[in-house]
Amino acid sequence: MINLNEKIYGYRRDNNRVGIRNYVLILPVDDISNAACEAVSNNIKGTIALPHPYGRLQFGEDLDLHFRTMIGTGSNPNVAAVIVIGIEPGWTQKIVDGIASTGKPVQGFSIEKNGDIQTIADASKAAYDMVHYATGLQREPCDIGELWVSTKCGESDTTSGFGSNPTVGNAFDKLYEIDSTLLFGETSEVTGGEHLIKERCANDAVAEQFMFMFNRYQDMIERFKTDDLSESQPTKGNIEGGLTTIEEKALGNIQKIGKKCVVDGVLDKAEMPTSKGLWFMDSSSAAAEMVTLCAASGYVAHLFPTGQGNIIGNPILPVIKICANPRTVRTMSEHIDVDVTGLLNRDINLDQAGDMLLESLIHTSNGRMTAAEILGHQEFVLTRLYESA
Amino acid sequence: MIQFIVHDEDDSVGVVTVEGLNENDTLTGWIMDQDVLIDIKINQDIPIGHKIAIKDLNKDDTVIKYGVDIGRTISQIKVGDHLHVHNVKTKRW
Repeated sequence: MINLNEKIYGYRRDNNRVGIRNYVLILPVDDISNAACEAVSNNIKGTIALPHPYGRLQFGEDLDLHFRTMIGTGSNPNVAAVIVIGIEPGWTQKIVDGIASTGKPVQGFSIEKNGDIQTIADASKAAYDMVHYATGLQREPCDIGELWVSTKCGESDTTSGFGSNPTVGNAFDKLYEIDSTLLFGETSEVTGGEHLIKERCANDAVAEQFMFMFNRYQDMIERFKTDDLSESQPTKGNIEGGLTTIEEKALGNIQKIGKKCVVDGVLDKAEMPTSKGLWFMDSSSAAAEMVTLCAASGYVAHLFPTGQGNIIGNPILPVIKICANPRTVRTMSEHIDVDVTGLLNRDINLDQAGDMLLESLIHTSNGRMTAAEILGHQEFVLTRLYESA
Repeated sequence: MIQFIVHDEDDSVGVVTVEGLNENDTLTGWIMDQDVLIDIKINQDIPIGHKIAIKDLNKDDTVIKYGVDIGRTISQIKVGDHLHVHNVKTKRW
């Protein structure tokens, strides 16, 4: 039995949140600032640029989500310090101010009236000092319960429902008992099991918020669909893996919240939890979008069960892959962190599988790189709600 | 050696958990919730991860897995048949 009272070694930030990585980010406000950010990152070793395709002419709720995602990403405890570069000073400063509220070093640069070359030079000097600052920080003992842990599955198959998803559920039940802050989501992918999540909500108000998010997503699908979504949900990979309908996929999916956890609250996309417990976040079921939102919500470790072998990673959020499909573990072993194929032939039970995953979480928290980190998977994918103005 | 798994004895289906199973093979399955074993002969080749019917189903019947509705049949399905997108569809969307 794993001891969840042992300490992990993390980075305690000024706002008392615990991170398990220590990145210096070069964050573009908008698509046209990617080049400057990548140039700074190339100049200054120990930094990471997060290029993305958006940030211009967005408006309304879609723009709010862009700012939440940018500010949340920079505020994540896995990040030590941030350079923000945008074309215009106004939106750049808005993101700088949002990140600054965490107390971490953050500095903004705008390209208009300076040009790329001057901006790159100025930002590189600032990034140089930030790398010195970040690499001088020491890991210190922290409680496992201080880690914010999210989950989302991908390229699921029927072994996900039997093996890797219940393994996450077992780990979540154990983390919930030590007052962790947990997250799941994938609004479209609980279709067919929404009644089961509703029953797990802490009270009527939470249940109502969950059903609001669920119905809002269903309405969007009904508005835009041109068929029954076959090959989108479930995906071709899901179908290859034996999943037949969205209902079957959903019932496997929700095994990730275990048997004991209660859904304590509901978040909109990239919103931050305000207390401990298990949170549902309205979110896309596409892996890179969802995991990017988890990072923006402040989560520092991610548990990712897969069946057919989704290979996703994230630039700032370590993604731990769990797999119960022997064919996938055989053919894609470099992508799998925790092999729970033993569940299918009863060599191990769920409790043992959950402990294996928690052990991997502890190692990852102490600094061991995940498969996706070693392979360089840094998918940073922003969710858009609608067209630009 | 377990070759398929069923979540609950009331489910309509089990899931094949080993590779290389062929038509007319007789498989041993484990029903998890009741912790009992059953044998079923399969009527087609079934790949790992795919489902076999463990109950006879008529057209337009509800398919049960995890004790919950996972869709409707669009043709008759017999015990041992491969059950997938060719004979089962979602009730949503």
